[in-house]
Amino acid sequence: MKPQFSGRNVFDLDDYSREDILYILEATKSMKEINLREYKKIPTLKGKTICTLFVENSTRTRMSFELAANRLSADVVSFQASVSALQKGESLQDTVYTLNAMGIDLYCIRHNSPGSPQLVHKYSGKPVINGGDGRHAHPTQALLDIYSIWEKKGDLDGLKVTIVGDILNSRVVRSNLIGMAKLGAKVTVCGPKTLMPGSMESVYGCRVEYDLARALHDADVVMGLRMQFERMTEGLFPSLEEYSKHYVLSSQTLKYAKPDALIMHPGPMNRGVEILPEIADGEHSIIVEQVANGVAVRMALMFLILSGKA
Amino acid sequence: MKTIIKNALIYLDGKLERKELLIDNKRIAQIADTIFDKADQIIDAGGACVFPGFIDIHAHLRDPGQTHKEDIKSGTQSAAKGGYTLVCAMPNTDPVTDNIASVEYIQLRAKEYGSVRVYVIGALTKHSLGEEISEMATMKSGGIVAVSDDGKCVQNARLMLSCLRYAANFDIPVIIHPEDYALAGKGQISAGKVATRTGLSGIPGLAEEVIIARDIMLAESAGAKLHIAHISTARSLQLVREAKERGLPVTCEVTPHHLVLTDEACLNFDTNTKMKPPLRSESDRLACVQALNDGLIDCIATDHAPHADFEKEREFDHAPFGIIGFETAFGILYDRLVKTKVIELSTLVDNLSKKPAKVLNLPGGEIKIGVKADLTIIDLNASTTYTKENILSKSKNTPWIDQTIASKVMYTIKSGIITYKDQ
Repeated sequence: MKPQFSGRNVFDLDDYSREDILYILEATKSMKEINLREYKKIPTLKGKTICTLFVENSTRTRMSFELAANRLSADVVSFQASVSALQKGESLQDTVYTLNAMGIDLYCIRHNSPGSPQLVHKYSGKPVINGGDGRHAHPTQALLDIYSIWEKKGDLDGLKVTIVGDILNSRVVRSNLIGMAKLGAKVTVCGPKTLMPGSMESVYGCRVEYDLARALHDADVVMGLRMQFERMTEGLFPSLEEYSKHYVLSSQTLKYAKPDALIMHPGPMNRGVEILPEIADGEHSIIVEQVANGVAVRMALMFLILSGKA
Repeated sequence: MKTIIKNALIYLDGKLERKELLIDNKRIAQIADTIFDKADQIIDAGGACVFPGFIDIHAHLRDPGQTHKEDIKSGTQSAAKGGYTLVCAMPNTDPVTDNIASVEYIQLRAKEYGSVRVYVIGALTKHSLGEEISEMATMKSGGIVAVSDDGKCVQNARLMLSCLRYAANFDIPVIIHPEDYALAGKGQISAGKVATRTGLSGIPGLAEEVIIARDIMLAESAGAKLHIAHISTARSLQLVREAKERGLPVTCEVTPHHLVLTDEACLNFDTNTKMKPPLRSESDRLACVQALNDGLIDCIATDHAPHADFEKEREFDHAPFGIIGFETAFGILYDRLVKTKVIELSTLVDNLSKKPAKVLNLPGGEIKIGVKADLTIIDLNASTTYTKENILSKSKNTPWIDQTIASKVMYTIKSGIITYKDQ
């Protein structure tokens, strides 16, 4: 049976089957072709209105969503907490009621509270794409990561993927673990114990390693995560230097991985902390392509949810 | 005024017996197979059970200061609907109930509007700030039954020791809300699989356990009576077991929600599953049920914590902690634990009546000749659906909204007067 997408929410990837995800990847491929044209626009969503509701600041992700909507010819309105009522104390509920009265067809939300996309759907009755909710989920990032691997490797089944860094605070990891498992990838997460959530193996069926060499052994794909300075003041690790000594992705440490291992990073990067320039800019790095694929994935989701054709 | 309750199963010494009960001049005057006296009022129980009125030693009535959530009138009406005839009001009102005038305010309001008896728990420290000892001896002369900074926890061990020694001096039980702030951090739900999955910050069991361990040691040194509110982990129970085995005057309570729910309930981000302590793992829940069954737990208390819809209807990590509990306590526990034969009916009833009375030395809790006629009549064969419309509390923050459970409170009677009657 053909997957149904019309009106669906994208809270996280657990609601999406293997077939659904593969269908999204195919749709993304078509969208990417549009993005490579000189005239990068199709009229599919003309007359539809998409709202980017960003309660947590993120210029890059918001731009990616807005560009995606523009390329599909949807009208885009942008709501940012820093310049809006939410900081004056208006509740999310009232904000969504207000926006909804203006005739929004689809919301793309980024919020630092886990579960807030579900609230936006509850208050609006409209489909919602989660653009990152706290440490909970970031399904569009996971889909673009999966697409980027799929495009290079053809299939994720049996691939060894290693994700290194601040696993505790990463929504990217959580959504990737769900999505990649559905496509048969074997994922290892690696980082210091203080930055590793409990019960990862039983919750996600992944492997946990605290030693980088063991984690990278034989990996087909290696993803670094941003290591934030704030974790130091939270008492979770002593210094960026010591972190780097044990967990940096370098030509030295990547010797343990397969020679052609793909190098990924969701950005923004801390060069010299979690990844060295020699790797970030190296021949197997697809970090810049990930960004391009992000626009295509978001176009695909908007198209599938709003066009009513799938 | 004489009232006879007929056609009833009376709860006597842990058993239900088909008898009639006479209330004369507010007290239970006679229990017999048939009562021939003339009565001013006859209550036909329709075959339902007559239990001692329930006693809740842990409730937040929000009056004064937060009466948009609850007040003494609505809170006690809600309690009566749940089968309660006596509740203890926690002092985290606004202002905090930390002085004799505030104690008297609650007592006066309760006397005027209360559908149940209200006993006051005074603050342990001034304004519950955890900095200076409250005037607890003066409040005791005004009738408080315990002191507590519930909702907060004294972090300074030296001050806590001093509070316990002072309380011991005046023989006032100290109720603790065990929570190490640094370990709890910004936690929203229990640390564990669900916290890992949802990305919500976790509150480890350790946050509760280290304070229980500390306060048992401090209370032992001070010679104080220590009561642990809303215990929630297996390790905490183990600490209480060890203290009791050493003969220390340490008691503990468990809430209905920690007996029937786990952190799995938080997976859909329903803010009515957010409370402190948080819902724990299945193994912790089972440890609580086991401890209730073997008598380690001293009583069930609701921690009735009303919050308005607009406060709970928020992002999960911005919503306040707490759920209401009076109207669901007996029903949900009867439905989920007694009907499923996990616990005996007598275990449930005693932990809602006789046992909480014993913890804080309160009147009532048993049906016998001569005591005040505080009773509740419950039909175990009927059912109740909890809806926003029929909940009498001003607040509707319960995870069991729109659920139907077995049993129904038909009447609640305080001193022989009907305080709740099912319509």
